[in-house]
Amino acid sequence: MRVINTVELVPLIRKLTMKACIELDDNLIGALEESEKREESPLGKEIIGTLVENARAAKDEGLACCQDTGILVVYLSIGQEVVWQGNPLEEMVNEGVRQGYRDGYLRNSVVLDPFLRENSGDNTPCVLHTDIIPGDRVKILVMPKGAGSENMGRVQVLTPAQGKAGVKDFVVETVEKAGGKACPPLIVGVGVGGTMEKSAFLAKEALKRPIGERHREKHIAELEDELLEEINRLGIGPLGVGGRITALDVHIEVYPCHIASLPVAVNLQCHANRHAEAVL
Amino acid sequence: MKLTLPLDKETLKILRIGDTVELTGNLYTARDAAHERMISTLEKGDPLPLNLEGVTIFYAGPCPAKPGEISGPIGPTTSVRMDPYVEPLMKEGVVGMIGKGDRSPYVAELCKEYGAVYFLGIGGAATLYGKTVKEVEIVAYEDLGTESIKRLYVEGLKVIVGIDTKGRVLQDEEIARYRTRSS
Repeated sequence: MRVINTVELVPLIRKLTMKACIELDDNLIGALEESEKREESPLGKEIIGTLVENARAAKDEGLACCQDTGILVVYLSIGQEVVWQGNPLEEMVNEGVRQGYRDGYLRNSVVLDPFLRENSGDNTPCVLHTDIIPGDRVKILVMPKGAGSENMGRVQVLTPAQGKAGVKDFVVETVEKAGGKACPPLIVGVGVGGTMEKSAFLAKEALKRPIGERHREKHIAELEDELLEEINRLGIGPLGVGGRITALDVHIEVYPCHIASLPVAVNLQCHANRHAEAVL
Repeated sequence: MKLTLPLDKETLKILRIGDTVELTGNLYTARDAAHERMISTLEKGDPLPLNLEGVTIFYAGPCPAKPGEISGPIGPTTSVRMDPYVEPLMKEGVVGMIGKGDRSPYVAELCKEYGAVYFLGIGGAATLYGKTVKEVEIVAYEDLGTESIKRLYVEGLKVIVGIDTKGRVLQDEEIARYRTRSS
């Protein structure tokens, strides 16, 4: 058994929030640079070049790389041997978020009530997901999610007869409808299986995987390749100005499902693929 | 090409889709909440808090500025959400819009009718964009925070002409050029 005071989460989450909004990681920068070489559209190429330059400037100067610093999604994977002490965990997580947005000079983009729409003023609350894992550690991952790409996500429960072809059509159609609005080049997260909400959760899980990495199951890895190719044949291109590079990658996560269901969800991630993680 | 704001009718006419333009001068920020307020003001027959004649609107809400800096990072938001507000604001004199993403087909028609231009900003180049801002002044709706209407004096803000005064749409033409998938 390991006892942790929830207050220990505050500085960690503060730091991760700022890091995620300011520093795009090498995996993404590498993928952007590589895509710049493959892009045939002169405007598209120029845009990718500007994005790489922007990422460097943001990191060098400690500024947000994109002004939409999002609503923060926080994942806590808590070892089952951990016992928490102190203030309620969710309050301490949100305290870290509050400090991160304040000290990083990040934009407050959260409204408290979806109908009344009054800004909360400190970007809290975050969307917190917790799960229990073996061991005595706590894994923390933060993902600021901007609305441009998040707004274009979709969920649908297909029938088993619609199968792989139905899933492919749904994913490609989602990217096509998003066009330049979701800020391509995208990372396309796809969740298949489970229930309606499980598929949506998996679609976001899929965004955590590094660009270029394939699913461990061969048939799913192949589907990822097929979808990437199909999506890049849409011609949408960087920021929707036309071009070969609409997506940098497609990641699929799957889960068992009901004999009568085929849930599928697509969560789009803009080129500012932001996340930061730590272990406590 | 380099252009000075406000944009006059003659300059607007020569702009063509795909042109890369560097803007210098005053822009005014407004996004969802500010648009809603302006439209309800107009519907009541009341005067707007700013004169929109010749104005270029930037669909954007910046991050807070760090101490000693003029502006925080800033960049275009998705324009399609502002489509229903375009015509009433063009009637008030708006001649330019900066945002990201494609728009409803009727916006292209409005650009043609009113001689206005839609510019595509570089979505996600917010650090670089923030550096082009040399002055910031809150003009209206301060209570909206990042969504207030701000006058920004920018120097060399890089944008691409997305819809020109002939009503041509960059994305429609360019995406078709690169598309290799049958619909």
